[in-house]
Amino acid sequence: MSAGDGRRSSSARTDQIEELDRVTICFAGDSGDGMQLAGLQFTNTSAVFGNDVSTMPDFPAEIRAPAGSIPGVSSFQVSFSSYDIHTPGDRPDVLVAMNPAALKAHLGELPKGGLLIVNTDEFTESNLRKALYAENPLEGDSLAAYRAVEVPISSMNARALADSGLNTKQIDRSKNSFALGLMFWLYERSLDSTIGWFEEKFARNPEVRDANIATMKAGYNYGETAELFPMRYHVAKADLPPGRYRNITGNAATALGFLAASKLADLPLFYGTYPITPASDILHELSRFKNFGVKTFQAEDEIAAIGSAIGASFGGYLGLTGTSGPGLALKSEALGLAVMVELPLVVAMIQRSGPSTGMPTKTDQADLLQVLFGRNGESPVAVVAPATPSECFHFAIEAFRLALRHMTPTVFLSDGYLGTGSEPWRVPQADELPRIEVKFAKDADTFNPYDRDPETLARPWARPGTPGLEHRVGGLEKADVTGNVSYDPDNHEKMTRFRAEKVARIANDIPDLEVVGDDSGDLLVLGWGSTYGANLSAVQRARAKGLAVSFAHLRYLNPFPSNLGDVIARFDRILIPELNLGQLAMLVRSRYVVDAASLNKVTGRPFLIGEVEEKIHELVGSKVKV
Amino acid sequence: MTTEAAPEGPLALQRKDFVTDQEVRWCPGCGDYSILAQTQKLMPDLGVPRENVVFISGIGCSSRLPYYMNTYGFHSIHGRAPTIATGLKVMNPDLKVFVVTGDGDGLSIGGNHLLHVMRRNVDLTIVLFNNRIYGLTKGQYSPTSEFGKRTKSSPAGAVDRPLHPLSVAISAEASFVARSLDIDQKHLIATLERAARHKGTSFVEVYQNCNVFNDGAFMEFADKAVRSDRTVRLEHGQPMLFGKELEKGVRLNGTTPEIVDVGNGASESDLWVHDETREDPALSFILSRMHWPDFPEPMGVIRAVERPTYEGLVQQQVDEAIERQGEGDLDALFMEGDTWTVE
Repeated sequence: MSAGDGRRSSSARTDQIEELDRVTICFAGDSGDGMQLAGLQFTNTSAVFGNDVSTMPDFPAEIRAPAGSIPGVSSFQVSFSSYDIHTPGDRPDVLVAMNPAALKAHLGELPKGGLLIVNTDEFTESNLRKALYAENPLEGDSLAAYRAVEVPISSMNARALADSGLNTKQIDRSKNSFALGLMFWLYERSLDSTIGWFEEKFARNPEVRDANIATMKAGYNYGETAELFPMRYHVAKADLPPGRYRNITGNAATALGFLAASKLADLPLFYGTYPITPASDILHELSRFKNFGVKTFQAEDEIAAIGSAIGASFGGYLGLTGTSGPGLALKSEALGLAVMVELPLVVAMIQRSGPSTGMPTKTDQADLLQVLFGRNGESPVAVVAPATPSECFHFAIEAFRLALRHMTPTVFLSDGYLGTGSEPWRVPQADELPRIEVKFAKDADTFNPYDRDPETLARPWARPGTPGLEHRVGGLEKADVTGNVSYDPDNHEKMTRFRAEKVARIANDIPDLEVVGDDSGDLLVLGWGSTYGANLSAVQRARAKGLAVSFAHLRYLNPFPSNLGDVIARFDRILIPELNLGQLAMLVRSRYVVDAASLNKVTGRPFLIGEVEEKIHELVGSKVKV
Repeated sequence: MTTEAAPEGPLALQRKDFVTDQEVRWCPGCGDYSILAQTQKLMPDLGVPRENVVFISGIGCSSRLPYYMNTYGFHSIHGRAPTIATGLKVMNPDLKVFVVTGDGDGLSIGGNHLLHVMRRNVDLTIVLFNNRIYGLTKGQYSPTSEFGKRTKSSPAGAVDRPLHPLSVAISAEASFVARSLDIDQKHLIATLERAARHKGTSFVEVYQNCNVFNDGAFMEFADKAVRSDRTVRLEHGQPMLFGKELEKGVRLNGTTPEIVDVGNGASESDLWVHDETREDPALSFILSRMHWPDFPEPMGVIRAVERPTYEGLVQQQVDEAIERQGEGDLDALFMEGDTWTVE
């Protein structure tokens, strides 16, 4: 055994403090153990303290998989640091395992020598069996390679709350707060933020509020007095750009971005959606903010969700729908209708592992081609893709800016990792955000529903209620200018090319692709979406080792930035890491006729920095300059 | 009678102002022409300015109608018109929105949306052209085709049991449910007007003849010569009388309707008195199950009850939120929760 049993008395108080520049903790337990809550509170406290933070929640799709089983394990990984970080960490430095199943599921990620905190109370014969342990790992030397600290968390929690007035079950539910208190002590964190949160969350349930606060303090004090750890750790504030910050998940940032777009365009927002993991949080967020005039509509199905949003767009409002992969498949026909009627619809598409139901709570990037091509006919839509949780805010606004200016359906393409992950967000000033200009058709004498703006090719937007602009739209092919139904062959060719060219011209309205590192070299790592953090960090490490590697990240997937071809041409090789089997690579290879290499992963988990780094070395490692 | 949708009187417009320059492309002799004509005629009387009227349809013969109405219009995709109408009406409750659909569009591919729009009570007027056949795809049986119907796709007879559109509407507790007939022009326009003036979802089934693929589907009771004997005109507060001399009536025996000869063993006071305002849909449902030849087909308004509209309730929540929290302020929103300053 590498550490004591937690009740052992020890000699001196722990007053040694070790400085670390980054720590990654994985809180793991049964899905009923409150690991998401503990992780989130630790994250918020660290963020408020001033660290940079990055998180990755990981939970089962089942509401409650069998208690104590491996599929029932829920975890929350948080990385906090004194410098700018881009991922929640390849591997945890610390694993908090609340039961045997959590230990079994996550021990493989903990490096040798890593700190392991185990809730010994849960290592009962029955729980060991559920976790498929033939022998108790706490006995014997299977954990000898780790700095294992055994803490009877459940019983300590029960003792702390013996007089709380709660029943046994309620008391047991608070054990995450005990564990959280212990971690707060170990990393010298203040309890204030979490106490404040408990006070608000359980304002109407004072017994539960007091119990959580009491056991969290007990956990903290236990750390201080029990001498389990040879030292405490300090991670200094990160050197982030000045400003006011808050911690935010990608989905919350997405919702705020859409609310901001509504204000900036001065048009009420309509959100029609059907609950689906991992997009539902956008609905939860938006439905809280009715005072912004947003109307949320929980439709009867995915098709009704997009149909209603198209109705709102037709009416002259911000029509928005949201979904994930299976839902987008159901929306395909209606999205094609939006292409045909050329309305400014926005689709928030939060990818998850597929095909079919796939793995709803796991992340993936395998819907890029569905978004671009998953409709009948030539059916172009604009596509933007945020790179980080906080960037979701900007690109939610950008999706509406493009949709409105170019009168085109626009897909905001995020994923589960971005949507549920979080990081500090520098809060903008509302008056610094650029307004979105909206033009409605007004003049009955000159109005034609399928006239086109000579610069953008956008058609006019005429809202019902405007006298003299009565007109009909629909899914049948439209005659140029008049919008009447037309089966004329030449007209169909003309309109098909108009629709394609209109989306292509958005390239004139978006920023050039930027290269991180040198403008040319041996290798360009080209990424999109949530792989940003791992790719950037891997390229930074490779450059530090002397490799001529640069990094570029696509935030506009249709159309591509107009300089993409030039950027690609300046590098000997291109590497495209994606959480799919090579979808962006297929597009880049065919468009630019370049022999781009792929790094693909479809485990439902994001890239580790090390995986990308390894691939970089495989491709150009022999070219290390000394 | 429920509240009026249109506050204004008749417009200084005529039917021709609601006619577009598009050539009407239904088969000659189609019942759709009559429905279009009555709809266009109704518009000036309805008193809603042309720019505030929107016709939304799905796919099928009936769904071509918006192209012929000189108002705002949206010919959408198969079965989805109620969804588009819902989004539009929720955002702009001032518009008068019609949904035009058929038995295939509304009850087959779009059945789900039809149910949900009615239970929500979105303020829409839904007109379902029921010809009991697929016309645009040239003659397959539809979800309202009778059991055993032989068509191109059911040469041995359809083994699907039909849906009864009014029963569906009543089951979803639509607040206004009515039926009319394409060739009964006066009844049709009066029924459409009642529906259009109803606040909430109004659902009108129109028996419509497809003279190409299902000719005479309703003739057994719709033909002028027999109509008064084989249909019953529903009048609110009146006993259900029918027949050329109103010599026959419908009596309710428990939950079973039965036909009686008035004066011959039964008096008017024994008859079922129609009450369209009954909240409980049970009796309306019984009416919706009455079909020729067992019963006269009920025509007219079966149900008209007052209920808050969906879009009104949605707007109310927005108004209350603004009153409670003040108009949304982005800066305050951004600062929600724990924040910290980096110097």
